[in-house]
Amino acid sequence: MAESASPGTPPPGFTGIISDWSSDQTTFKGAGWGKPMMWLFILSDIFIFGVFLLGYMSARLATPDPWPDAGEVFALTMFGVQIPLLLIAIMTFILISSSGTMALAVKYGYERNRKVCGRLILATAALGAVFVGMQAFEWTILIMDGVRPWGNPWGSAQFGATFFLITGFHGTHVTIGVIALLYMYRKVMRGDLDEGRPGAVTGRKGRWEMVEILGLYWHFVDLVWVFIFAFFYLW
Amino acid sequence: MAELGHDATSYAPPREQPEMELPHSHSFWTTYVFSQDAKTIAIQYSVTAISVGLLAMVLSLMIRLQLGFPNNFSLIDPSNYLQYVTMHGMIMVVYLLTALFLGGFGNYFIPLMIGARDMAFPWLNMLSFWFYFVSVLVLMASFFVPGGPTGAGWTLYPPQLISEGTPGIHGGVLVMMISLGIFIAGFTMGGLNYIVTILQYRTRGMTLMRMPLTIWGIFLATMLALLAFPALLVAALMVLLDHLAGTSFFMPAMFSMGEQLPHEGGSPLLFQHLFWFFGHPEVYIVALPAFGVVSDILATHARRNIFGYRMMVWALVAIGGLSFVVWAHHMYVSGMNPYFGFLFATTTLIIAVPTAIKVYNWVLTLWHGNIRLELPMLFAIGFIFTFINGGMSGLFLGNVTVDVPLADTYFVVGHFHMVMAVAPVMTIYAAIYHWYPKITGRMLHEGMGKVHFWVTFLGTYALFYPMHYLGLAGVPRRYFAYGESSPFIGESVETLNAFITVAAIIVAAAQLLFIYNLIRSRKHGKEAGPNPWNATTLEWQTEHTPPTHGNFGKELPVVYRWPYDYSVPGAKYDFIPQNVPPEEVEMADEGAVRT
Repeated sequence: MAESASPGTPPPGFTGIISDWSSDQTTFKGAGWGKPMMWLFILSDIFIFGVFLLGYMSARLATPDPWPDAGEVFALTMFGVQIPLLLIAIMTFILISSSGTMALAVKYGYERNRKVCGRLILATAALGAVFVGMQAFEWTILIMDGVRPWGNPWGSAQFGATFFLITGFHGTHVTIGVIALLYMYRKVMRGDLDEGRPGAVTGRKGRWEMVEILGLYWHFVDLVWVFIFAFFYLW
Repeated sequence: MAELGHDATSYAPPREQPEMELPHSHSFWTTYVFSQDAKTIAIQYSVTAISVGLLAMVLSLMIRLQLGFPNNFSLIDPSNYLQYVTMHGMIMVVYLLTALFLGGFGNYFIPLMIGARDMAFPWLNMLSFWFYFVSVLVLMASFFVPGGPTGAGWTLYPPQLISEGTPGIHGGVLVMMISLGIFIAGFTMGGLNYIVTILQYRTRGMTLMRMPLTIWGIFLATMLALLAFPALLVAALMVLLDHLAGTSFFMPAMFSMGEQLPHEGGSPLLFQHLFWFFGHPEVYIVALPAFGVVSDILATHARRNIFGYRMMVWALVAIGGLSFVVWAHHMYVSGMNPYFGFLFATTTLIIAVPTAIKVYNWVLTLWHGNIRLELPMLFAIGFIFTFINGGMSGLFLGNVTVDVPLADTYFVVGHFHMVMAVAPVMTIYAAIYHWYPKITGRMLHEGMGKVHFWVTFLGTYALFYPMHYLGLAGVPRRYFAYGESSPFIGESVETLNAFITVAAIIVAAAQLLFIYNLIRSRKHGKEAGPNPWNATTLEWQTEHTPPTHGNFGKELPVVYRWPYDYSVPGAKYDFIPQNVPPEEVEMADEGAVRT
């Protein structure tokens, strides 16, 4: 091991992975602890959502009653015309856009551009809040149409149960993300990340990496939505 | 001259990252209660887990009293009995074993053994313990809600979990599910810390393949837990909704007590899949740290390097991976496509391969070793015996055709208590006897320890071995009494049941002796010194015993070799600690006889 390469010049490709995993001290060179921890949390959360979606598929296959037609249930009547999936298309567009603003926030964060980064974080939080608001709107429509966790007018009772559970669980993730984004906005604007000011709760010093870590979470929540969208609205 | 020992280098790469940010405590509250020091958190975890484990032991005695001497005790009625069975199982598996191995041992040993000052994110680590503590309190609350705790069995199968007639369906089920939810949230916080600390905070020279096997076991078990607990969390949420919101995830249309229940279209099988997707990895969440701990203790007390270190690591990895594809072997009698039974029987039996590698390697570690039958060693050898015996009956249950007649009999109870209860508990004792001197600075009392070992070891055999016979005789598990079916159950069954109960009471008494030993030795034990077992791993090389905040004094240790340099030919002493560079190893005098 004495002849191993000096740090800072990792070999490329697969050899690099092997050399990282067989090295001492850190496995993910230069990644600190925060980013690996978030990735690991995301991995665990993937299993939660994965199990949710598998449970949904299983329930849908097991139920003896017909499954309601997504095209009709989720249609919005505008100007006297029924447009299927209109609301959900807008919601999806908004959430995906928020991933864009988040990515830009990370970029400006690493450029130490406090103002722009902060505003982009605020924009991300706003888009996230709009998404949650529209989800609440959609729930209201469905509830007024008679969808309940224990039954609905069109068929299998499991439709409402899985829908409210899974979109609700995802909506909770988005809401937590929005709150975290607002908190991060305050930290960024106050300069906590430049000064390394200790956090009020955890006591950890502020680092610009925090914006990226929050970004990882946000992108993950968006990605999960794509799957929920596909399984609930397109199947 | 050649470097002494295996995998020794005289060079360690320079430091890659700055010192860890360590939170310092300023008051009694932040030092002892809301501590962010992994060692204090470990002790909090351990004390809580052992306390709740003692309660579960009392519950098991209540079960045994009824079975051994039916209807002699007026305080045990059929619903109480089912509640005791449920709570005993759930507490032992989740709230004792998981919490003690990962929350307790993980927190104490990870930073010390890899040469870190603390966990990566101490605040989250503290929160992890408090979530665990609250989950235990919530679980205990279920004894006080109307109707008492749930009596659906620790596997919590719907529909009886939510149907009228099962004890505790009004409050107990809800409390259990909420408690599990809090436990999983808390465990995730701790688990993230364990993995990230191992991957990102090893000291200079500590490569993954130089980690003690204890750390490998905890690392992989935590990984399993992070991926398996989600299934239980989802199942718990769905049960809560089935109960509270009137959904039917797991409830088919059914009649209960002559009335149609307000459920329809759900699938009880889905619950079983979710539960066992968690439940089977859970077995290995408990077993992998036990494997690791036993490996380290065997090597230390046999003064010999662990046989086939790399194979041991890869066997752990293989077992961890395979544990995710065997879950349905718990469901052979649930009504599955026979091809699935075949598939899952195959994967189940394949697990025997890496497990056998481990067992052979343990035995080969002892071969020609300088075995010292100290207390940790006794328990570690006890583990090997128990684990092999328990594993053998697993071969029966893993095969569909043999399992079908044996399912839901005492054979199953005997099997998993040998392999999943006694074996890990033996390891826990081995670990406590081994590391107590480091944690407190004092040795546990040897005589009391020996009594504890022999009574526990022989006693648990007297307890669980006859259960295999009961199972073969067809005695079903979880029955309160045999009632009208008594004529079909031989007299020997009653005699054996009484015998088992007496054995259980004796074993339980020995555990109280152990608790007394723990408390007494804290103040009156023999002074241990920093390294009483002459062990090589980093936790024994700390500046202070017990280690202080930050673990290693001013300078972090640097690692130059693997953790198993015992009895290295040519060296003066029969152990070379991991942080001794090759040029500083003391050589034996010319012509001296090595002891």
